[in-house]
Amino acid sequence: MSTFLNSYFVKTHRLEISITIIAIVLFLIYFLGAPHVFTRFPIYRAFMQSMPFFGIIAISATFVVTLGEIDLSFPSIVGITSLVFGLVLTATGGNFFIAFALASALGMFAGLINGLLVTKIGIPSIVATIGTLYFWRGLVNVISQGSGVAIVDVADGTWHHTLFVDKIFGKIPAQFIWFIVLTIIMQWIYRYHKFGNHIHFVGDNKASSQMMGINVDNVKIIAFVQLGFFSSLAGIFTMYEMLYFWPTQGSGLMLTTLAAVFVGGTSVFGGKGTIFGTFIGVLIIGSLESGIIALGLSGFYVQFINGIMITSAVTIYAIIQRKKT
Amino acid sequence: MSEELLKLQNIYKNFGNVKVLKDVNIKINKGEVVALIGDNGAGKSTLIKVITGVHKPSSGEVFFNGEEVVIKSVSQSRKMGIEAVYQERALCDQQELWRNIFAGREITNSFGFLDIKKQRKEAEKILRDYIGFTSKAITVDSIITGLSGGEKQGVAFGRSLYFDSDLIVLDEPTMGLSIQETEKVLNFVKGLKKKNKSAIFIDHNIIHVYGAADRFIILDRGEVVGEFNKDEISREELVQKMIQLHESGKIKVEA
Repeated sequence: MSTFLNSYFVKTHRLEISITIIAIVLFLIYFLGAPHVFTRFPIYRAFMQSMPFFGIIAISATFVVTLGEIDLSFPSIVGITSLVFGLVLTATGGNFFIAFALASALGMFAGLINGLLVTKIGIPSIVATIGTLYFWRGLVNVISQGSGVAIVDVADGTWHHTLFVDKIFGKIPAQFIWFIVLTIIMQWIYRYHKFGNHIHFVGDNKASSQMMGINVDNVKIIAFVQLGFFSSLAGIFTMYEMLYFWPTQGSGLMLTTLAAVFVGGTSVFGGKGTIFGTFIGVLIIGSLESGIIALGLSGFYVQFINGIMITSAVTIYAIIQRKKT
Repeated sequence: MSEELLKLQNIYKNFGNVKVLKDVNIKINKGEVVALIGDNGAGKSTLIKVITGVHKPSSGEVFFNGEEVVIKSVSQSRKMGIEAVYQERALCDQQELWRNIFAGREITNSFGFLDIKKQRKEAEKILRDYIGFTSKAITVDSIITGLSGGEKQGVAFGRSLYFDSDLIVLDEPTMGLSIQETEKVLNFVKGLKKKNKSAIFIDHNIIHVYGAADRFIILDRGEVVGEFNKDEISREELVQKMIQLHESGKIKVEA
């Protein structure tokens, strides 16, 4: 046991191991506290249905956080891209390709604006993205005039609906499979692609990265653009699941998404992070509300326990970090 | 007459209204070691950043191997054969050695994914053969934070040797080093000359500079105010000149 604890794998994966233990303990509490709920399938189906919407964004946002930057505008990017997707899909009588292309292009464009504001104009990302957060949500309100868009007639039962949110074997929501596939791909890029490598370097030390020939501005811009794209993707998933657009769509995603990234162990100082950790973070944050209710506590405890989870997780990471140096 | 490797002609660099470099003309020959000296704010760092492609000059021409070039980026200057050693300042602390050595020029497949096996193997080679690390405590998986100043420096030097460049740019190579480590650095610079490679370096310590350099270029407030070959000036005279410059803002150039 002690040789295992001192092994190279454990030393380099302390964060991942801690977060996994936290998740296991949490699910054990659910399981023991509410066996009638957690020994049956429906609760897991509900998790698999709802987690991917913010999970996809959390995975993508891990790149931006590793840069030492933040993006607060993604809830509104989800809103505007969902709206465009809904409008185009209805206008074209259900042409998935046009709707998908326009919505995701808009998402990337919104990310590009964030990236340019941060790199070329030099506005701190937290400030720049508060601006674009209001901007895109404002545009949603102006265009939609406060009313929703139903896509049930042009989307329900189509092949693209099946592709995005159908139940595989009648049980497993397709979006969860997508979520896992995207997590694996993004983990690969994060650790083993040149781009992911550059994300770590720029987040670690911007000046050094520049001296080593890394184009710091481009790395940052691409990071914001991919987050814009994945925000639009999350919007499209939500549209297929709900078959309806409403003007506040996406606005509840902010805190759950960022909480998942931080609970997952990615450092807010940049240079270090983990996609696997974010994935587990999504499982934790995404299960808390139902878990707490199932345990018989009232809904008033949800935020309180969320707070305890986030604070204790980041405290543990801070201690691990301190030990290392 | 030895062959000319790098020539800067009428280089100006402004940052907004601040004129950092004013009409700088310098030349570096093949197999020559040139020391850039001057006070803080003289423009030394800016000048070498122009050479390595970190900054673009506001105006002026750069010639490399006799041809006029426009150095747009660090990766371009590296391809031409200019390698900068910025010491630990160009290493990222939280990343592994094998990632740091290849930062900015990763070995990848055509999809841009890192060839980890090869990078680690080459990094291992650099560690053992070029730097001469024998300690088992340092491996390619070591995180930079755990290395000493001298070890970090070794990594930076090993990297420049491995990539086999013609001109090596050294930014404050002896800063914060022990006497023994400084000796190693100076030997490294002398070793370059034997391989007919050129070097340009910045250092505050004239005693270090004097031993290793063939020629001294003195910068003051963005201008070249003096240039001496080693056989023209003794160490004491050079120190004297610097003090004089510091006090009066001028150098007396004797005919």
